[in-house]
Amino acid sequence: MNLPFQPVVLWSDALLFLLVAVLIGFLLHVRRHEHLRAPWARVGQSRVGMATAVVLAVYAAIGVLDSLHFRPALPAEPGQPVQYGNEVLSVLDLMAKPLRSQVEKTYSAPFALHLYAKENLTLADGRQVRDYPRLKYGGAHLSDERERAGDIARRAVVGVAWGLGLAAAVVLVAAGLLARRNRMPPGDALVRLARAPELAALRSALLTLTLLLVLAGSVVQLAGHYHILGTDKVGQDVFYLALKSIRTGLLIGTLTTLIMLPFALFLGVAAGYYGGWVDDVIQYLYTTLNSIPGVLLIAAAVLVAQVYIETHPELFDTAAARSDLRLVFLCAILGVTSWTGLARLLRGEALKLRELEYIQAARAFGVSHLRILSRHILPNVGHLVLITVVIDFSGLVLAEAVLSYVGVGVDPAMASWGNMINGARLELAREPIVWWQLAAAFLFMFVLVLSANLFADSVREAFDPRAERRT
Amino acid sequence: MMPGMLAYIVRRVFYAIPILIGVNLITFALFFVVNTPDDMARIHLGAKHVTAEAIERWKVEHGYDKPLFFNPEAAGLAKLGDTLFVDKSLKLFVFDFGQADDGRDIGREITTRMWPSLAIALPTFLVGLLAYISFALTMVFFRATYLDFAGVVLCVVLMSISGLFYIIGGQYLLGKLWHLVPVSGFEPGLAGLKFLLLPVLVGVISGLGDSSRFYRTLFLEEIHKDYVRTARAKGLSERIVLFRHVLGNAMIPILTGAVVVIPRLFLGSLIVESFFGIPGLGSYTIDAIQAQDFAIVRAMVFLGSVLYILGLLLTDLSYTLVDPRVRLE
Repeated sequence: MNLPFQPVVLWSDALLFLLVAVLIGFLLHVRRHEHLRAPWARVGQSRVGMATAVVLAVYAAIGVLDSLHFRPALPAEPGQPVQYGNEVLSVLDLMAKPLRSQVEKTYSAPFALHLYAKENLTLADGRQVRDYPRLKYGGAHLSDERERAGDIARRAVVGVAWGLGLAAAVVLVAAGLLARRNRMPPGDALVRLARAPELAALRSALLTLTLLLVLAGSVVQLAGHYHILGTDKVGQDVFYLALKSIRTGLLIGTLTTLIMLPFALFLGVAAGYYGGWVDDVIQYLYTTLNSIPGVLLIAAAVLVAQVYIETHPELFDTAAARSDLRLVFLCAILGVTSWTGLARLLRGEALKLRELEYIQAARAFGVSHLRILSRHILPNVGHLVLITVVIDFSGLVLAEAVLSYVGVGVDPAMASWGNMINGARLELAREPIVWWQLAAAFLFMFVLVLSANLFADSVREAFDPRAERRT
Repeated sequence: MMPGMLAYIVRRVFYAIPILIGVNLITFALFFVVNTPDDMARIHLGAKHVTAEAIERWKVEHGYDKPLFFNPEAAGLAKLGDTLFVDKSLKLFVFDFGQADDGRDIGREITTRMWPSLAIALPTFLVGLLAYISFALTMVFFRATYLDFAGVVLCVVLMSISGLFYIIGGQYLLGKLWHLVPVSGFEPGLAGLKFLLLPVLVGVISGLGDSSRFYRTLFLEEIHKDYVRTARAKGLSERIVLFRHVLGNAMIPILTGAVVVIPRLFLGSLIVESFFGIPGLGSYTIDAIQAQDFAIVRAMVFLGSVLYILGLLLTDLSYTLVDPRVRLE
């Protein structure tokens, strides 16, 4: 086999693919059942729900692209077996190659042409001066520094045009689909898309998509020629780091749930349904875990994992595998500390359901416990699970930043918003202040968490039978 | 005090013992079984050039040179007593925390450091509660108007910002740019008041979105109950309905929900204290985590659990105090 690359599946990649498979299975299941489809249709009718879903989907797409890992082949002599590099790259790295490779010496501000620190420079006539040197890549294509503003504006306009063009194409495709579905002329479908009150949510989604495409268009035009969010202490492009951090944030928010869900589901429902000593044991278990301060339990467990990783270097062939295991471990331990809330909720619900007549009837007919649990109890706690999962997501993304600050988060070498904030914090005392790292982390995190919060709200409204559909 | 209450408290204290034993076993398993003291020594001494003698010496110096559960070399009962489990784990029950890696007594450190923690955490808690309830009540008063909507949007936006940004932003704006308060530091007594303002403010604001929104839902749930309708039907003004009737009843879940955190206020906040340089238990813990001082982390885990269980007990007691329908049995 002489592939130009060697695929690498890290632990977190495998879990993420599993999660995607579960999601697809869940979606197919929902599609086939009318009563499951109804609440999702309500989410689909919500303008906020649809707009935020688009934002979340874009984040998810970047995260998945960044999870397709491989090791590129090293340039080899003809006739020799192919050797693969030690560096693990992802498809996202390939797509953003200029961002990854255009590394400056140290800090530079967004769109800057010069480094942020003075250096001794030798002028053409041999004199020595102390000044800010030109960047190696940022704006290197400009022959005259005064062209910068015009160049940026020109590129941005081209990018916006690209984005608008793509958005128009998407709108036309949507109208075409609508026309085929309702067997109407495409022109009428376009008018309906623009006017019909029942398509308001779809319009919000398309508008959000347009905004994102316009933004992406200008970013694509600019990012290759400037450091649009500046560079960090070792000269890496901050925009690239923020993009890479998306995967870390998403994984923490989702893998944690994937790991804790079986425990919470099984233990919570079992405690409520069986009662008696089963209930006592499970309650004891979660009270004990709950009583340990969360950050401390995580800190203790991560310290232990760190010692284990440091004393067993032979288990990991690449640095990526090492930091990846730490990430998976962090998700697992976050899961251990966070399953208790959901378990308690499920216990209460199962306790209530157990006494209902249809369960009593099932028991009187001699249906086995296992069958009652799987056919009658589990489907009826589904909405609780879903609401909790969606609400927990944003909290977990925020927790990552705090944990990384404490020093028990993801590996310091891994791109994450917490590490970005942590690195920037030390530079706040600098004069003038280095603000772009913080701003980048803030922006990327804020958009994700805000979308997740708003999406969670519309999911809760659609699923919670007690939700206020009144004012 | 009701006659049944004392018996109830005593029973709850006994109920706490198995939980604390569980906590102890978990931490012991984490710190001693998964990672042997040898691993710890190796980390502390640096991974390279570690000789077996150096490890032994480190273990003797820090009191880790004993077997985990069973000491065959000791005599009689000491076979079970002279072990790491008794030394490092069971002694926590009598609040004997032992020594940190730098040789200082952890118990003494805790009693001196809890006061600065409390100086920040208690005002944050009280001011916060007041602010969240007022904000939530204002939103409910103007419910279903644009003011209410704007309030909810503000809450969601505030919820979506990491607490770290509130601290960094507060330090930059109030401390560095406007020079209103010192950026960080601590001083005991009234003279130190200026150091407390910013951490308390930041603490209150970072909880504003979450809590106000939650309290708003509690108030809204209350407002649709029958007694509120009766009060309105009597012709009471909206203001009196809201402040006298709804507030009083909604305070029950709010207060009982808040009581559980009171004991833990002693532990302070890891992040706030480390950013503002406050010599409390939070910064003590974070320093210990970063220096990998397992003795301190273990002590804080145990202390945190004790305080949490105390919080649960206080919650149950507070139910009986604010709601006469609740009886402890």
